[in-house]
Amino acid sequence: MKMYKLGALALVPLVLSACWEAPPVEGEQIGFRGVAMEQVTNPDITEPLIALNQIPTPLPKNPVVEGTPKASDVYQNVQVLGELSVSDFARTMVSITEWVAPEQGCSYCHQSANFAVDDLYTKVVSRRMMQMTQTINSTWSDHVKETGVTCYTCHRGKNVPEYIWFEDNGPAHAAGMSAENYQQNNVAPKAGYTSMLSDPLTPYLQGEPEKIRIAHENALPLKNQNNNESMQALERTWSLMMHMSDSLGVNCTYCHNSRNFASWEQSPPARVTAWHGLAMVPAINNDYMTPLQPVYPQHRLGKIDDAPKANCATCHQGINKPLYGVSMLSDYPEWKGPLSDEATIVPDYSDVPEYLDPNALEETTAAGEPTAAVSQPKVLTKTLEVAAGLTDDSGPLGMEDSAGSDVLQ
Amino acid sequence: MPEYQNIFTQVQVHGHGEMGIPIGRDSKNRAGKPLFSWLLGAIGNAQLGPIYLGATGTMSLICGLIAFEIIGLNMFASVNWDPVQFVRQLFWLALEPPPPGSGLGIPRMAEGGWWLLAGFFLTMSILLWWLRTYLRAKALGMGYHIPWAFGAAIWLYLVLGFIRPLLMGDWGEAVPFGIFPHLDWTAAFSMRYGNLFYNPFHMLSIAFLYGSAVLFGMHAATILAVGRYGGEREIEQITDRGTATERASLFWRWTMGFNATMESIHRWAWWFAILTPITGGIGILLTGTVVDNWYMWGVKHGIAPTYPEVYVPSIDPAAGGAN
Repeated sequence: MKMYKLGALALVPLVLSACWEAPPVEGEQIGFRGVAMEQVTNPDITEPLIALNQIPTPLPKNPVVEGTPKASDVYQNVQVLGELSVSDFARTMVSITEWVAPEQGCSYCHQSANFAVDDLYTKVVSRRMMQMTQTINSTWSDHVKETGVTCYTCHRGKNVPEYIWFEDNGPAHAAGMSAENYQQNNVAPKAGYTSMLSDPLTPYLQGEPEKIRIAHENALPLKNQNNNESMQALERTWSLMMHMSDSLGVNCTYCHNSRNFASWEQSPPARVTAWHGLAMVPAINNDYMTPLQPVYPQHRLGKIDDAPKANCATCHQGINKPLYGVSMLSDYPEWKGPLSDEATIVPDYSDVPEYLDPNALEETTAAGEPTAAVSQPKVLTKTLEVAAGLTDDSGPLGMEDSAGSDVLQ
Repeated sequence: MPEYQNIFTQVQVHGHGEMGIPIGRDSKNRAGKPLFSWLLGAIGNAQLGPIYLGATGTMSLICGLIAFEIIGLNMFASVNWDPVQFVRQLFWLALEPPPPGSGLGIPRMAEGGWWLLAGFFLTMSILLWWLRTYLRAKALGMGYHIPWAFGAAIWLYLVLGFIRPLLMGDWGEAVPFGIFPHLDWTAAFSMRYGNLFYNPFHMLSIAFLYGSAVLFGMHAATILAVGRYGGEREIEQITDRGTATERASLFWRWTMGFNATMESIHRWAWWFAILTPITGGIGILLTGTVVDNWYMWGVKHGIAPTYPEVYVPSIDPAAGGAN
């Protein structure tokens, strides 16, 4: 009996620590023997991902018919994909609907009375996302290679991709004289549940990204360098690496040789791909995601009214190569780009008219209200959404993030 | 029929509390009436107390309590005084040193001032406790092995939180007070300075640490194994070697050709134990002050071997760039 008690007592710290993973954990050697270069996987985690990360069945291709008019010649206000034939354009629109708004259909982005008009915010956002997709495929092939991305890579049948992020300055902290914690020292789901920087995405994946390389490569301290590069700076980098590791379902040695994290000569080739990804994500957040901020209705914005943004998990969703590296571009070559020159200019949305929210429209229609809720200002739209339970105001301190699923569990 | 065997005895024999030798007027410092606990008896002496606090012990506890309160209340403030979150996130919470680059001045309370104050009181508490071990050893006419061993641990503590930050000229180099934060700091420290495994003093420290565990296990096993011949009366057997010692010695001589003696085994253990933090402290002290990247240092001095290439070596895409 006493032994049982002792055993139960020994289990307590194990359960409390909650930092363990049930077996089986499998290790695969990926480097020279005996140097701990290995990938650790757990079928309990990886197997459920298989079904979730298959590409959808491609739509049948249109027969090539000579003389089919171009979409831009037939439809008004076609700013992207206008070079496609009308039939290919229709196929593209159908595929987008399937990938992004399978429940709402065309009316998620288009006014049924007039498909050409830009009065739904979703239409403005999706146009910009199309340009982004083409930009990624045409100018970021160092990261996306020949596989490329489509709307489906992120959306997976959802209006809003599951893994997006917002700026997060951490849970509430007492004011006054109490000690600063520099956004560290809380349970940080975005940093692999460590106590390091709780939001590594803000400093590294938007704006002018912070420096990642903290350790020096000289054996002895040099006179002309900052020899006080801090552990805090290194922890910030590390926090970002935890996000990458979590998003890709890999451990450190997927990209690094842990005997010397900095050394490129000893790193697996995936590190170069990841490096380009770390250049790509801030670029698309700066050029595509953040500028759309004024276009969104309130409930699409973050705690500090920032636009939803992309991180590694947005595409990867727990897999080292999104959708297991299966390319959809041969079925949908229109996404290869490149963009026309004018489409590469970041539009200025700061002075846009008030866009409509298709969700709000739908709700009002369902409630028997007139659809002429059309020119409601944002405040009223917001009120309607709250009434309809569309706005998520939850998010208790710390453990659950009100930004929701921007972290892979 | 239960029988008296050795330290893991099933029968606990005790009478009146053992008060210890008379210490004259100093005896007012001995606080508490002896209590007896079966559970304590199962792992050691069943008698609890009296304890000798004295001036150093009392001051040490007060300083320790102040440090504990500063750290704890600041952690509590960091979750906005939410008791549920305080408990849930306790292992994640911390009191941070001043931010990097703020030098060695007196920082604002919110920006490391509390850390400096907590560090001061914790250090006072530890040093007073050290003095107490020294004075009690003296009062009992003992050698000073315990204070010096404790001193070795204090050396490592002071290097991490005080001496090295002084040499680096920045309080920001010090360790935060917190369970996971100080562990994250430790791993980050290794990565910041190019992998501490290539630091020879780190190697020594690990060797002494693991060696301590091996010695501890070998010695404990040996004594328990000859407990039936009175082997746990080790100290008597130093001068009056009995059959327990004979058998234990013979066992090791037969199995590995060499045996320690009843006295020397304790010197082995003591030196291994104190050399763990002493060498570790030297390793930390050299890090950042005279060596910036231990891996590169290891390459330079031929202790980091090259392994055959398994994949095509990568080329730095930034090629000299900053990020």
